Amino acid sequence: MVEKRRLICISCPVGCELDVTLDEGKIVDVEGNSCKLGLDYAEQEIFDPRRMVASTVRVKNGFHPLVPVYTEKPIPKPKIFEVLAQLRDIELEAPIAVNDVVIENVLDTGINVIASRDMPKV
Amino acid sequence: MLKKDTYDVVIIGSGPGGLAAAVAAKKAGAEDVLVIERDTELGGILLQCIHNGFGAEIFKEDLPGPSYAQRYIDESIELGVETLLDTIVLEVTPGRKLYVSSRQHGFFEINARALVLAMGCRERTRAMIQIPGMRPAGVYTAGTAQRFVNIEGKMPGEKVVILGSGDIGMIMARRLTFEGAKVERVLEILPFLSGLNRNYVQCLQDFDIPLLFKHTVKFIHGKNRVEAVETVAVDDKWNHIPGSEEYIPCDTLLLSVGLIPENELSRQAGVELDPLTGGPYVDESRQTNVPGIFAAGNVVHVYDLADWVTLAGYEAGKGAAKFAMALRASEEVHIPVLAGNNVHHVVPQTINKRSLEDEEIELQFRVRMPVEDRVMIEVHDGKNQIARRLARYARPGEMNTITLKPKNFADVEKASSITVDVHPR
Repeated sequence: MVEKRRLICISCPVGCELDVTLDEGKIVDVEGNSCKLGLDYAEQEIFDPRRMVASTVRVKNGFHPLVPVYTEKPIPKPKIFEVLAQLRDIELEAPIAVNDVVIENVLDTGINVIASRDMPKV
Repeated sequence: MLKKDTYDVVIIGSGPGGLAAAVAAKKAGAEDVLVIERDTELGGILLQCIHNGFGAEIFKEDLPGPSYAQRYIDESIELGVETLLDTIVLEVTPGRKLYVSSRQHGFFEINARALVLAMGCRERTRAMIQIPGMRPAGVYTAGTAQRFVNIEGKMPGEKVVILGSGDIGMIMARRLTFEGAKVERVLEILPFLSGLNRNYVQCLQDFDIPLLFKHTVKFIHGKNRVEAVETVAVDDKWNHIPGSEEYIPCDTLLLSVGLIPENELSRQAGVELDPLTGGPYVDESRQTNVPGIFAAGNVVHVYDLADWVTLAGYEAGKGAAKFAMALRASEEVHIPVLAGNNVHHVVPQTINKRSLEDEEIELQFRVRMPVEDRVMIEVHDGKNQIARRLARYARPGEMNTITLKPKNFADVEKASSITVDVHPR
């Protein structure tokens, strides 16, 4: 069975519109991409859609009450809200350094959640 | 107080443009570089942009705003850039004197051999687009809400309508959804997206947030707090289409309706603004019409990507360093000529030491008090005599002179100033 899917590539700010043709559940054609990233994105988005997740975590004795954090790599889309729920339960202690690991191997994805800035102690 | 009152390069603002200018100015050889920031930490708006999407151009990485800022903060500190935080620039003169105020240091002045304007931009507000209705709490610009949520840990509301499909608006739609709010609608008056396609996909589409093109807010309801917004469809000329109104209960309206370069300081300094951008006219080194005043980033025109702002900051920083070093070299060649004992004034007030290599310089002056006897007119550098001449008398009514000759060059070259004295013989 041939199926058509229209996607917008999010690999870079250009945002190419991709026309993907699937046959028997396999990608047989991608049109509209302007680079190779588009082909990888189509493959990923159709079979295992992933997103970078950025949020904040509470901090005790920090210069601010929160520190921003993010997943080092895109995580599976269906896990986004589970990751957010875990982050809501965490409270860190200042000082924190950029790239400090906040959750290791979050939800067994093999991906760490890390701090995106220094948070000095007050 | 500050250690110095004069800097090679002073930069106003520590966002991506300002920090890039500071780093580039240092690397181009400027010795004293100062960044002035009104917030209590470096980084500017990048610090509240916790989402990824920064650095693709420069680092070939996908970084959140704070990580991107951190790299430039760390690099500035390593290079010895000085900073003044929690400090506001009140005024800039065309001669690059800055009037500055801070809680720690009070009011003070700073002289810049070269200045980089990197004040960024401001969001358009409800008043600027004139949305009719009540005036309840709960109407915020998207960037204000972003600061509340990402830095201060406060939610602006629970049921949200967003006007404008700019990037900050779409990113806040996702962010508020992450934090448990319900985003009812994003409305865009134009028939197309104002922000980037990728933000439509990963901020709206992913979370089934409806985006309506050719729609706007007709009326804001609510006495103390927003209770609802009335939306309406518009035609190609933005006229409301009767009958298309929809009443959407909500407690918050976010505005993502454009950014305007922030140029109040630029105008005072005599910097000419382009009506098309709202920012200064600049050349390829990002120098404005006022010599020695440079500008980079959203203060010049509004960018979609911080990476481009960084690159513009590099150009401005390089240009400013070059200007400052040329000025510094000329300051070293020019020295003041001071009026000393019984001398009212001397002209010229400044000399270029190099001129003495091949020509004479006549110093003209008047004495303060008459001396009806022989006097010695003397030029010295504070320690050593450089030239002298005898005169039969000295009267305030008659201009007097003493001439420096090429043979004095060796002595004058070592001086940081010279003084003319008149003594009784």
